[in-house]
Amino acid sequence: MGKSLKCDLCDESATVHLTQILNNQIHKIDLCESCAESKGITDPNGYSLADLLVKPGEESESSSEVLDSFEECPECEYTQKEFKKTGRLGCEHCYEAFGPILSPALAGMHRGENHKGKVPGRAVERKSFEDRLGTLESDLDEAIQKEHYEEAARYRDQILELKKAKKEEETA
Amino acid sequence: MLIESIFDGKSEMTEGSTKKCPVVLMTRIRLARNLSKTHFPGWAKLPQRTQVLETCLPAVASLNQMKRGITAEVEELSELEKQILVERHLISRELSGAPDQAGVVISKDQSVSVMINEEDHLRIQVIKSGYRFKQAWNSANVVDSTLENDLDYAFSSTIGFLTACPTNVGTGMRASAMMHLPAMVISNQMEKVVRAVNQLGIAVRGLFGEGSDASGSIFQISNQTTLGESEEEIIKRLSSVLKTIIDQEMNAREKILEKDPNKLFDKIGRAYGILQNSHLLSSSECMNLASLVRFGVDLEMFSEETRNTVDRTFIECQPGHIQHLVGKSIDTNERDAFRSEYLRKQFENVERPLFAIEKSEKRENSTEADSTKGEKK
Repeated sequence: MGKSLKCDLCDESATVHLTQILNNQIHKIDLCESCAESKGITDPNGYSLADLLVKPGEESESSSEVLDSFEECPECEYTQKEFKKTGRLGCEHCYEAFGPILSPALAGMHRGENHKGKVPGRAVERKSFEDRLGTLESDLDEAIQKEHYEEAARYRDQILELKKAKKEEETA
Repeated sequence: MLIESIFDGKSEMTEGSTKKCPVVLMTRIRLARNLSKTHFPGWAKLPQRTQVLETCLPAVASLNQMKRGITAEVEELSELEKQILVERHLISRELSGAPDQAGVVISKDQSVSVMINEEDHLRIQVIKSGYRFKQAWNSANVVDSTLENDLDYAFSSTIGFLTACPTNVGTGMRASAMMHLPAMVISNQMEKVVRAVNQLGIAVRGLFGEGSDASGSIFQISNQTTLGESEEEIIKRLSSVLKTIIDQEMNAREKILEKDPNKLFDKIGRAYGILQNSHLLSSSECMNLASLVRFGVDLEMFSEETRNTVDRTFIECQPGHIQHLVGKSIDTNERDAFRSEYLRKQFENVERPLFAIEKSEKRENSTEADSTKGEKK
């Protein structure tokens, strides 16, 4: 450490030093600032993922087939290609959209696959509200289609009640 | 105006570190958060970024913790102001280079800062001097929970807080300690430590994060994984690694003193001489000299007050701070000249170090036998 090293990509002196252990293998890379920048290594963590995913030769054929079928996030149109380049995602829905490649990557990157930490109260409440509303609305549609109007009226009332409760909660 | 209040304020990094914990300069907790139904900043178009800034900036600025703090849009800041904020660890390099619609709110005591539209919509950061993860986490947790009352976070019940980079998903938390490890550097043990620690999912970087070399023998050590463990578990695991590193540093110090004290005293004595007499000083040389004097303070060769002088030097010798002291933008050569002049003044009244023999005489009169031993528990 501390000795001046040469950039792995050009002959400039290296100022960006990255040491990573992936799958029990040590990866060391020394880059000059401009190469680091051009490779998008502003955050070594961001880089690690890109490295993990794009590393030539490690991508089996079957996995690249999987990759092709999830080219783009339907919500934000962020592409798989962009993700591989930057190691970053476009929006919260990308986690689902890119699930087939992300899930195994997450498992290799972290100590577990499930969140065990803090749970934000509001986000969870909102989610359960949206889930319940979604269920009721589809129940309502189904009832209307089957011409079960009494049932439909009951669902409609429940929906109104749910929305009202939510509104009251928000103004409180 | 902004810069003056930042500069003149005491920061956690420069003040308040004590003999009790000579190795850990400061601890930091950073939480990454994003708003639901909004593209992450790197992919969001201008109107969305604007909306995020307009929603978040007032929400953050109105926090109790931010009373009489500083609120700024990055575009309003001069290059020099941004550089100073980076040098003080109050904003990241990424934020200082953000294209547009990025902002920051900094608490009056400079211990809490929240960046908006960095890699994630929100980056909440709490810095505490010394080894204080619990306080830093508690404080960050409160800021986070209060913000969540006003803002809808992107969260998944299975994989936690959803972040722009999958390496932060889950808790979104990065806990890090800034450690001063001069003996490990002198005895060439850092490489070994970096290897061992990496295997445990812990990252080691230089003082200014990615890419920075460990000038001043200061290392940033942080968790690399954020999913699969609770915040407390992450901190606990990191702490146990840090404790081992502290032990190793203390052992390395003892070994150097045992084996080759003259070599060490020579280094420290020369560092003191250069700081008092040099006329050209680069920031990285300055960091290394200050580091040696700090090592000397830990060994009771200098008075305890010198610790503050040194810790301030770590920040004030950085290029942005030097230019602020001069009052204008100047080139490297002029900076090196001004830096040495400034440091001559800072170290002018620091008394010359007491070396081994003098020290043992002094020790006999002192009740405190060996401060370095106490640290090892």
